[in-house]
Amino acid sequence: MAERMALTGNDSAAYAFKQINPDVVAAYPITPQTELMHKFAAYVADGEVKTEFVPVESEHSAMSAVIAASLAGARACTATSANGLALMWEMLYIAASCRCPIVMPVINRALSAPINIHCDHSDTMGARDTGWIQLYSENCQEAYDNALQAVRIAEHPDVMLPVMVCLDGFILSHTLEGLEANDDETVRNFIGEYERSDNLLDVERPQTFGAFALQNYYFEFKKQQADAMQEAPAVIDEVGKEYGELTGRSYGRLDPYRCDDADVIVVGLGSSMGTAKQAVDDLRDEAGLKCGVLKIRCFRPFPGDLIRQALQNAAIVGVMDRAVSFGLGGPLFHEIRSARYGGDGPMLNFIYGLGGRDLSLDLAKDVFRNLAEAKDSGQVEPVVRYVGLRE
Amino acid sequence: MAELLKKGQMKPGAVAEAGSMARLNTGTWRTYCPVSDLEKCNHCMICWLMCPESAVQVEDGKKVGTNLQYCKGCGICATECPVDAIEMKLESEMSEDEKKG
Repeated sequence: MAERMALTGNDSAAYAFKQINPDVVAAYPITPQTELMHKFAAYVADGEVKTEFVPVESEHSAMSAVIAASLAGARACTATSANGLALMWEMLYIAASCRCPIVMPVINRALSAPINIHCDHSDTMGARDTGWIQLYSENCQEAYDNALQAVRIAEHPDVMLPVMVCLDGFILSHTLEGLEANDDETVRNFIGEYERSDNLLDVERPQTFGAFALQNYYFEFKKQQADAMQEAPAVIDEVGKEYGELTGRSYGRLDPYRCDDADVIVVGLGSSMGTAKQAVDDLRDEAGLKCGVLKIRCFRPFPGDLIRQALQNAAIVGVMDRAVSFGLGGPLFHEIRSARYGGDGPMLNFIYGLGGRDLSLDLAKDVFRNLAEAKDSGQVEPVVRYVGLRE
Repeated sequence: MAELLKKGQMKPGAVAEAGSMARLNTGTWRTYCPVSDLEKCNHCMICWLMCPESAVQVEDGKKVGTNLQYCKGCGICATECPVDAIEMKLESEMSEDEKKG
């Protein structure tokens, strides 16, 4: 039986881990992720999971340990935030290219300097080229649901890639929310067993893992990795559908909200899309503005075709970036604009929420008002705009 | 040379047969060559412990030389040796006889 629970984002990911019962978890504390592993370590200490918990001396070591565990045939998980993710950098690429289906919640937090513990997406946006699948969560329910689905997506034989389950620091990680948790048996049956035919512990059939490959082989390995990413969308959709049949909560790669008749559409990731949905409801009532929200759940692999379709009837599109690529603008904006090249109406880019700066309902409405103004005036410069910034 | 595998014939994730690194002769990368004075050597095994290529050769608990097929010439052994029994020599100026490791 599913159970209604009050959990924070960190609790919800820790509870998902408890139900996944990974063979190995290696982790290092960093705000705002710390509480997730506190909670999980308590499950380990209380004997509620059979996990080998490895408290390591850095995030680089955490990722190294779960890569080795995964290559040995273990279901392996970790979690981190911001600077911790940055310290894993080298190993993130190795996890993906050694085809380790590791599941890692990343509690999104701003990168230093100045030091800041609050939410933005600079950490995971920076990791967008590491070869990891990235799922973003709007609320604690989605963080929990995404963590469970991530296991199936990562371990699918056509995929075999690691998955980051992104959830906004503090806004989700430390906020209590009522959510529905599945019973243990449902989760057990849903995720199944992890089997890795080539593994480090198969002493009868010893092999080299993470081998040396020069000009003659490296390219083919990378193409295999790119192919696996191309297989991922079908798997993500299939797993999202199956999860829906089990729980009543199905998931796609995009989540459009009141987009069907919308002239003005805002696109973005994470918890702020909940605020934007409220802004849509209010502005439709208050101002008769035909607006909608296109929330992107799966950012890697990038669902360019789906996004293009979803935006084809919009008169103007606003892309909300909680990260800035210095010298470029917002990364999400640029990927969406590329996906729509040759198409379909003007677009603006909104950079917002860096270092945890709140996106208030008023600011969310400003974004829509900005777009409506630009639509009417035809004036789209500057394309990159900053929301809630003191000039 | 054996024909190269195609993408579809390769195991994903950089998995290769065991011992594949043994075919990679890293000794060809060397600029400086270690020359060990085995009279001076006290067989403490620090060089064996420190060598990143496991190139220090040991028989019956005694150091007998360096495997120059794999030694990259990094000089860690010479730096770590407590009795200064290892000298790094510019290999281009050495005769073939001198290159014993």
